[in-house]
Amino acid sequence: MAHVGPRLTWSLAALLPLAFLGVFFAWPVLAIVGLGLGEGGVLPVLARADTWDLVGFTLGQAAAATALALVTGMPVAFLLARCRVRGAGLVRAAVMVPFVLPTVVVGLAFRALWPDGGVLPIVLANAFFNVAVVGRTVGGLWARVDRRAEDAARALGASRFRAFTSVVLPSLAPAIGSAASVVFLFCATSFGVVLVLGGARHRTLETEIYLRTVELFDLSGAAALSLLQFVAVIAVLVIGGLARRKREKSLSLRIEPPRRPTGGEWGVVVAAWLVVAALLAPVVGLLLRSLATDDGWSFAGYAALAGTGERGTLAVSGLDAALNSVRTATDATLVALLVGVTSAVVLVGLRRHRSWFAETLDTALMLPLGVSAVTLGFGYLITMDALPGDFRTSPLLVPLAQALVVTPLIVRIVLPVLRAVDERLRQAAATLGASPWRVWREVDLPLAARSLLAAAGFGFVVALGEFGATSFLARPDAPTLPVVIARLMSRPGELNSQMAYAACALLMVVTTVAVLVIERLRVPSGGEF
Amino acid sequence: MSLRVDGLSVAYGPVTAVSAVDLSIADGEVVALLGPSGCGKSTLLRAVAGLEAPGAGTVSWDGVDLAGTPVHRRGFGLVFQDGQLFPHRDVAGNVAFGLRMRRVEREARDKRVAALLDLVGLAGYGDRRVTELSGGEQQRVALARALAPHPKLLLLDEPLSALDRALREQLAVDLARLLRETGATALVVTHDHDEAFTLADRVAVMRAGRIVQVGAPTQVWQRPADVETARFLGCGKILSAADAARLLGVPARVGLRATALRLDPSGPITADVLERVHRRDHVRLLVRLGGEDYEAVAPVTSPPSPGDRVTLSVDHDGVALIG
Repeated sequence: MAHVGPRLTWSLAALLPLAFLGVFFAWPVLAIVGLGLGEGGVLPVLARADTWDLVGFTLGQAAAATALALVTGMPVAFLLARCRVRGAGLVRAAVMVPFVLPTVVVGLAFRALWPDGGVLPIVLANAFFNVAVVGRTVGGLWARVDRRAEDAARALGASRFRAFTSVVLPSLAPAIGSAASVVFLFCATSFGVVLVLGGARHRTLETEIYLRTVELFDLSGAAALSLLQFVAVIAVLVIGGLARRKREKSLSLRIEPPRRPTGGEWGVVVAAWLVVAALLAPVVGLLLRSLATDDGWSFAGYAALAGTGERGTLAVSGLDAALNSVRTATDATLVALLVGVTSAVVLVGLRRHRSWFAETLDTALMLPLGVSAVTLGFGYLITMDALPGDFRTSPLLVPLAQALVVTPLIVRIVLPVLRAVDERLRQAAATLGASPWRVWREVDLPLAARSLLAAAGFGFVVALGEFGATSFLARPDAPTLPVVIARLMSRPGELNSQMAYAACALLMVVTTVAVLVIERLRVPSGGEF
Repeated sequence: MSLRVDGLSVAYGPVTAVSAVDLSIADGEVVALLGPSGCGKSTLLRAVAGLEAPGAGTVSWDGVDLAGTPVHRRGFGLVFQDGQLFPHRDVAGNVAFGLRMRRVEREARDKRVAALLDLVGLAGYGDRRVTELSGGEQQRVALARALAPHPKLLLLDEPLSALDRALREQLAVDLARLLRETGATALVVTHDHDEAFTLADRVAVMRAGRIVQVGAPTQVWQRPADVETARFLGCGKILSAADAARLLGVPARVGLRATALRLDPSGPITADVLERVHRRDHVRLLVRLGGEDYEAVAPVTSPPSPGDRVTLSVDHDGVALIG
């Protein structure tokens, strides 16, 4: 490879993620856009007042949930970043559990507390998911903010609160901005939660797209709404991308050692513990609900998982669905790892050459995070017939869709770690005779190994709980556990709902165990989530 | 076995870091690139290593242009300012790295690693974690790592700058001995002239991307090419030929280092002391002489105080002829 070579090589390596994004993301999404524009459905839909009610409610509940997640996430971030107190590790794992819980499960958990649903539980549930995003993104930066700037402000006569607002808060702004934009996206495109808690009364763009597609067969209307959502998502992503770039530039490996809290700081610590307790309440509530029946405590729901539900609600047994979930999530994780790690490597490699291409790829990789899984699933329905073979009914379809949802998360976990590797370490290896491929194997891989494992585990649980796209694409004879849960809940029968709660508990246990293992693996300098 | 750099230029966007540099290093020679920070010396070194693509000019080894040879095939060893040891490998693993890349047999590898650790004074450190080492030890390991695969050329980028002074001076002497013992051909980048003169057979002074003077250390020290170079090499005062003739009896433009004027009870020059600063092994004075300020040195015992009138004599070791 000569001097002109590296750039070309990196660009070639970028083909894999680009091709993947192109075929399994851009094409289906563009097909939806085309459908929306083509049938002239957009303008009439935009002209209707109830469309704007939908938009208003979608953005309103997302804004409220984002604000709530920020307010509750900040004490948690402080605890994680700055405090040396007992149980900090537990807090770190505990806030992570809600984030990876399947959305349907969370919806059900809140329905166990608010049986009638409504706006409040929707906002609470969306915030519940995202406290982790705020706590970890902001906490990650907070741990690296030099304490001496704060000390200097205090020495100059600023009160503790004044030092926080005038010194700490501005330096945290990039992380807060980045977290807020990601949380807002998650809340605005939240599907499972709104579907379970909002029912027909409280609908967002996301659930409306689903309802129009599946129940009303109004494809052009759904496409128009998808288009509307897509535009909003890109706007938010661009803003978030700017904030994120700022943050990654300032990423330093120096971590301020946590201290024992003093004075008023204990108030913040107590607030953080209260937030954690509040986060665990729905989880505990759900576990209790899975054991409570009309006839007292029983394992009936769990026992029923071996069967197909009351009056054969399901095409397969709960156990088969669980096994299918594991298989699908494994495939999805492998695909996402391949694409995500290649992307991260390319982005790190390209940054040395500072190109617009790297910037574009970086943002493009985040798009699937924000574009609704429902839009995606819907897009697959109308495009995958065109692919060779019987792709539309292929068992690969669900893992590929899940991989698309998981890939951005993997990139966000692995990329900061790879970027934190000193470039000169790679150069030292190269001068010692290591080829570029060898440098990756000898330097990057060992240094990022733990975060790669963590990313894999994390990807697996997210794929396991993925509901939006899966609910569109899973064949009736091969549903995943979240799909089964939703179906059980939509049918009458005490045993069905008992079984659904038991399945939720099962998913939650698997997820929690995975998160605890990941927490052990993660390096302190880990990624954003 | 020699390096040649011809008309080399390196630019970062619109900023030219290195412009039209010529330099050659003979077999077994140690050349120091000396210059203030930001003068482009590290960039030049990185271009030789193959880590920066030159905008113009060539780097060649034994007459063969290296433009098509990537970093890992050049066989040049590189030592960074702060070691850049692989944190996930122990000391032996770091030193053995280059040998592994060359597929050296394990037995020969272990022997070479032990010999090098011995050479840098770290015998028996093989299975220590690199994160447990002190800064000086890390730098020794980095040196052993670079030397292990018998590099054709050793590139040292400010190898001692990250260390504290006492350690730096000691390690500079060790490094000079090591370079001589191994017969290494080396290019050392430094901003410290003591370091450059300790290590190098030849010194190339760099400023604003260009090499302004090349020569033996004593020659560069005594005959800096121009005023800027004289100032960089510690001449605080520049005298015109007329002034120099009057004060020193030397009819040429000269640069004076502080040591050029020494306190001497029987000296011919009279001056008034303005300020006094204690240094490690001498006292630095600021004196007024014929309406101008000069630096001078006095012994640590019984130095004069500000306000005193003193007599000074000229020490020609502290005088550099410019041009």
